[in-house]
Order: sequence, then C-alpha cells, then structure tokens
Amino acid sequence: MTLLKNFFGSKKGMIITGLVIGIFAALLQKLGNPANMGICVACMERDIAGALGFHRAEVVQYIRPEIIGFVLGSLIAALLFREFKSRGGSAPVVRFMLGFFAMVGALVFLGCPWRALLRLAGGDLNAILGIAGLAVGVGIGVGFIKSGYSLGANKKTFGFAGWILPIIMIALLILLLVFQGRDLEGRSLAPFFSKTGPGSMRAPILISLAIALVVGFLAQRSRFCTMGAVRDVILMKDMHLMIGVIALVIGAFATNLIFSQFKLGFDGQPISHTNHLWNFGGMLLSGLAFALAGGCPGRQLFLSGEGDGDAAIFVFGMIVGAGFAHNFGAASSGTGVGPWGPGSVIVGIIFCLIIGLTMRSKA
Amino acid sequence: MERIDVKGLSCPQPAFDTKKMLDKLGKGELEVLTDSGTARDNIVRLAKKNGWEAEIAEENGDILIKLKK
Repeated sequence: MTLLKNFFGSKKGMIITGLVIGIFAALLQKLGNPANMGICVACMERDIAGALGFHRAEVVQYIRPEIIGFVLGSLIAALLFREFKSRGGSAPVVRFMLGFFAMVGALVFLGCPWRALLRLAGGDLNAILGIAGLAVGVGIGVGFIKSGYSLGANKKTFGFAGWILPIIMIALLILLLVFQGRDLEGRSLAPFFSKTGPGSMRAPILISLAIALVVGFLAQRSRFCTMGAVRDVILMKDMHLMIGVIALVIGAFATNLIFSQFKLGFDGQPISHTNHLWNFGGMLLSGLAFALAGGCPGRQLFLSGEGDGDAAIFVFGMIVGAGFAHNFGAASSGTGVGPWGPGSVIVGIIFCLIIGLTMRSKA
Repeated sequence: MERIDVKGLSCPQPAFDTKKMLDKLGKGELEVLTDSGTARDNIVRLAKKNGWEAEIAEENGDILIKLKK
C-alpha cells in the first residue's frame, strides 16, 4: 500500500494519470461522446444541469456518467487510502460564486481546461486562445495569492456532510440507469435527455462510468489538476503537475491520430467558435476563478469525493452557473458567442477581482 | 524550532507558505502541521527539491512534516 502510495505521488504516477485521461478521453469520443469532448467537466456538468431541467437548451441535456464516476472513483481511492475526511466552512458562498462564474467563462469558450487540452490535441487551434486566457487568468490569481489572498481554512465536520455530493452522484446514477438516457415522448418531468446535438452523443453508459472511475481514482491519488499545473509553474517553478498535463495532450493526440480524429485548423472545428477575443476572455475568467478556488473543475470533483464540502459547493455553483449561462444567452454555440456572453464575462472578472483584492489572511 | 500550521488551507497555500518560510530560514529546522495528503505530498516534494530532508510523523490525527537542512 505504501509503495502504491509513493508511486502515484511520483513523476511516473503523474505521467500515467495524464496519459490515461488523454487516451481514454479520445477513446470516449470514438465510442460516441462529442468530438474533442471525450471528457469535459464543465460541458458534462452543464449537460447534467440540462437533464435536471435547470436550463432549456434541448441539445445539451444528459446525465453524464463521467461526472458521477469521477466523484465515486475519487471516493473509493480516498476511502482505500484513508484520506476521506469530511470538511468544509471555508468561505462557501464565495466558492459557490467562483464556481458559477468559472462555468460562465467555460461556456463562453466552450470547454473547461480539460477540454481546452483535448481540443488542442484534436487540432482545434482556437484552443490556443483559450489556453492563453487560462494562463493569464491563473497568473492574475497567482498575483493575489502572492499578496496574501486566502479563503481561510476549512474545518473538520460531521462525517455525513462529506458524503452528500457522493450520494447525490449515486442518485444521479440511479436516475440515469432507470431512464437509460431515453427521453420518453411527451414527458414533461425531468430528467430530460437530448434527442439531437451534443447531448445526444454518448459513449455507452457502463464504459463511460468504468473509465471515469479509473480516472477519478488515479486523479485522487496523483492530485492531477490542470489549473494547478499552470499555477505551480508560475508561482513555484514546479513542473510536477504540468508533466501530467503534457502527458494528457500527448495521449489524446496519439489516440486521435490512430482513430483519424485529428483535424488541424481554426474553422469548422466541432463545438467551437472562432471569436478569438472571447475564447481568450472566457477562459481568463475561468482560470482566475479556478485559481482563487484552488483547483480546476476536475480537481473540485475529486476533492468532493474526498469529503471536501467546499469543493462540492463549487460544483453546485458550476451547475447553477450552467443554468444561468444557457437561460440568459451567455453560453456560446458553434455559431458564435451568445448575446450576453461578453457582458457576463466582464461581470465575472470584476467579481473575481473584488474577491482577490478583499479576501486576505490577517498575517 | 519554527512551526507553521497550514491545516485546512486550499492549494497552493500550504506549499506556498512553507516555501516562504524555508526561504526565510535558509537552513535549520521547520515543522509543518497539515491535515491533507495533497498538502503533505506537495510540501515534501517542494522541500526535497530545495535540499531539505523531510520526515513524516503523526500528531493528534494530523500530519506533522519535519523539515531539516
């Protein structure tokens, strides 16, 4: 067990985690998930928001088993390695809103950092603008961290509190298995499942779930985090997490080549638009929000699986943010940026700047 | 001996606070108290990279990292 523990914390463990995520994500695309979206934490949480009826975009509604698997895979690893600890109480409402705006930014770009990397690995050059925005956003966050920004310490809490998000995930899984993603004719009650569009493109449920359990397990052990990768390079010149990110891109790129899923260019890329300014701006907002919250959206799921109630609140914020982004026309689509996209990103950036400037530790 | 408590703090604060302290001390001994496996891994990696020896102990159910250079 100790050997295993040390292995996942090592450079090799990180490389394997990155490769597994990249290869499996590209494989999930081959098996039915939308192009360059084998895994996208933001998009998949948005699909869940849609399935639950929190937004009306009928093309992006599905209970994605990947999200469920990430949380439960991390839960299993945390229990096995005795790292499950119920905790919370570190500025929850701030974390909720950071999650909210992180999602808004991600939906303006059309993807979380994971999908930005997968888009790059699929040849979508628009991803470069997103990744640049992410780096700048994280850079601003690092500036705040250096000058004393802190959301304060969490506290251990009652055991059951840490189980709430994992239990919600099990409930979603039951809902998914009962309805099997089938949208019954004329059904007016949730869950709703897309008949067309990205929400209708799905890898088989059990394969998605199995892959996500493995990814959740590995990521909990190796502490994989895309935002952290950028942050640690800027803040501490530490490449450890970045090696995982690079492995992800290489794994996905190689798998894309094998399955002929690689297409280089800016135009005509799947679920992507070519508005460079807001590809950059959307991801800048997300990067800043992730940096202020201490983890990318995948990491927040893995932390939730370890019993971190504050990370769970960030996840809820993202799901609610997805509802707002689609209901208010802030989310982009393949045809371009939504009418309220730019305005929402600006509001989000202002919010994050206020948080960064005002939440300071006393020391 | 210097000691810092980074229990309950989000990433990257545990590692970053430790780094600031290590830079300030230059050499000697530092104890870091944490309750997170992630923070432990990050702190130990960072310390070793900067030439510090790390030893892990337990204190009241929390993780005590003893650093020495």
